[in-house]
Amino acid sequence: MEKIFAHPEALYDVSTHYCPGCGHGIVHRLVAEVVDELDIRERTIGIAPVGCAVVAYDYWKFDCSEAAHGRALAVATAIKRVRPQNVVFTYQGDGDLAAIGTNETIHAANRGENLTVVFINNAVYGMTGGQMAPTTLLGQKTSTTIDGRQIEQHGFPLKISEILATLPGVCFVERVSLHNPQEVFKAKQAIKQAFKNQIDNSGFSLVEVLSPCPTYWGLSPKEALDWIRSVMQKEFPLGRIK
Amino acid sequence: MLRKRILISGNEAIAEGAIQAGCNFYAGYPITPQNELIAYMAKYMPVCRPGRESGGVFIQAESELAAINMVYGASAAGARAMTSSSSPGVSLKQEGISYISGSQLPAVIVNIMRGGPGLGNIAPAQSDYFQATRGGGHGDYRLIVLAPAGVQEAYDLTQTGFRLADKYRIAVMILGDGILGQMMEPVKLSTKKITTSPLRPWALTGCKGRKPNIVKSFFLREGDLEKFNLKLQKNYQVIKENEARCEDLLLDDAKIILVAYGTMARIAKSALNQLRLAGKKVGLIRPISLWPFPEKAFQSRSKKVKYLVIEMSYGQMVEDVRLAVNGFTQVDFLGRSGGGIPSEEEIINRVNKLI
Repeated sequence: MEKIFAHPEALYDVSTHYCPGCGHGIVHRLVAEVVDELDIRERTIGIAPVGCAVVAYDYWKFDCSEAAHGRALAVATAIKRVRPQNVVFTYQGDGDLAAIGTNETIHAANRGENLTVVFINNAVYGMTGGQMAPTTLLGQKTSTTIDGRQIEQHGFPLKISEILATLPGVCFVERVSLHNPQEVFKAKQAIKQAFKNQIDNSGFSLVEVLSPCPTYWGLSPKEALDWIRSVMQKEFPLGRIK
Repeated sequence: MLRKRILISGNEAIAEGAIQAGCNFYAGYPITPQNELIAYMAKYMPVCRPGRESGGVFIQAESELAAINMVYGASAAGARAMTSSSSPGVSLKQEGISYISGSQLPAVIVNIMRGGPGLGNIAPAQSDYFQATRGGGHGDYRLIVLAPAGVQEAYDLTQTGFRLADKYRIAVMILGDGILGQMMEPVKLSTKKITTSPLRPWALTGCKGRKPNIVKSFFLREGDLEKFNLKLQKNYQVIKENEARCEDLLLDDAKIILVAYGTMARIAKSALNQLRLAGKKVGLIRPISLWPFPEKAFQSRSKKVKYLVIEMSYGQMVEDVRLAVNGFTQVDFLGRSGGGIPSEEEIINRVNKLI
């Protein structure tokens, strides 16, 4: 009988530390499946962020580097330039990629670094206890926006993917979601494309994943998925941006 | 580079020394007074040479933060990596230097010091001594800090720096001042073949045929970070015992010993020559490694010997001299900063008062 489903080789067979209903576990697995399908595990180098996914290297079975908060794309730039034959990707949250690391993000993209970025947008800082993220929605309550995010005080949710898509060095930007199995499947296809682009030397590719954080959204795992579908994706529309 | 002896600035000598030492990755951000260094790297880093058939990587980074984090990535990937800057820029790099130290990555960081605090000015200074020798960023770590006093020594010590960085898996800082960076002197070039990157079994190369490598400074499990810190401290202890360097001059009969490093030591040497001509028994200790500090050079000496520490700062290295002397004898200080440089005359006057 043909085996059509198995534990990915690029993923250690361990339990993760993530909260129930968190999207990180799903995206870790999608990355691992893509790495296996493209047969690149032995030449992949991942950059783990500072944030909830800080120990992503405990789950992925390939070479990984830490990066200081926000600096993943500077670290990745150098690794890729030193080792162009390796496949190098960063895995970053919204605070990491679009607040403290915006400069590194924009400039790596603008240089057209041949890298793959998996960008987790859960509209909140998870690891530090649910503070406002650059992508927090208007009206969304967090521990630092106790009456909800207000335009006058906090500005607007930052659409970093749309900004990056305007740069000539960027070849591929897609926003995907995890709110149902069909969307998870599409997310995997987009991540795979972003890795393929790097293998083909096409330049900077980014996949933004709308990912649930039930703990700091104050919702159950199922409600969190519904919130992405009914609220979050209105602010962050899904689909190919570039 | 066919000529054996060339006239170049300190900044260029550091760059050339790095390339000669097998540096194959440089990332930097422009800042005065070290701009000749980044320009030299832009020109020569990508060029092939005997022993280095493929050119190295040069990146002008978007910020000092990006530059030091690129050095982190390059070193993690196995390259011999360097960045350079001047005081305000080196302050910005401290986060990355802490991470490099916490991840035990070899790297060379150049600081061509200018006046501070804040934006300060672009005049030469030595006021980053504390930052360089105490770690600078967060956490319990040290850098090996080498302080050249001339262009030839800048060239030589940069090569030593790369060697030590690899030997101890540590970040090495080349600490010069604006005079050293800008000054031109003849340099005798090394005829040694460029060494290729050393074997780094921990580097990120892709996990073909081995278990995955992880480069990190994060130790969340209880007890792990303390264990790691003890490992770092043990390494620092070995370095302290083996890598302290200094130059000494006319110490045997000296009643007063001048202590100065870098460019300041050259002015102190001129003062010493004048004082000796006048029959004054004066000697000089010039620390070359600022960390580890050459403590032993200050020990087992008569209580009657006095030290005069001279710095282009308001008293930073003097604290290390006092720690080394440990109350055994008098340690006096002469310093100016923010553009002021203690002159030969000021040194002579002070010595005459002390005698």
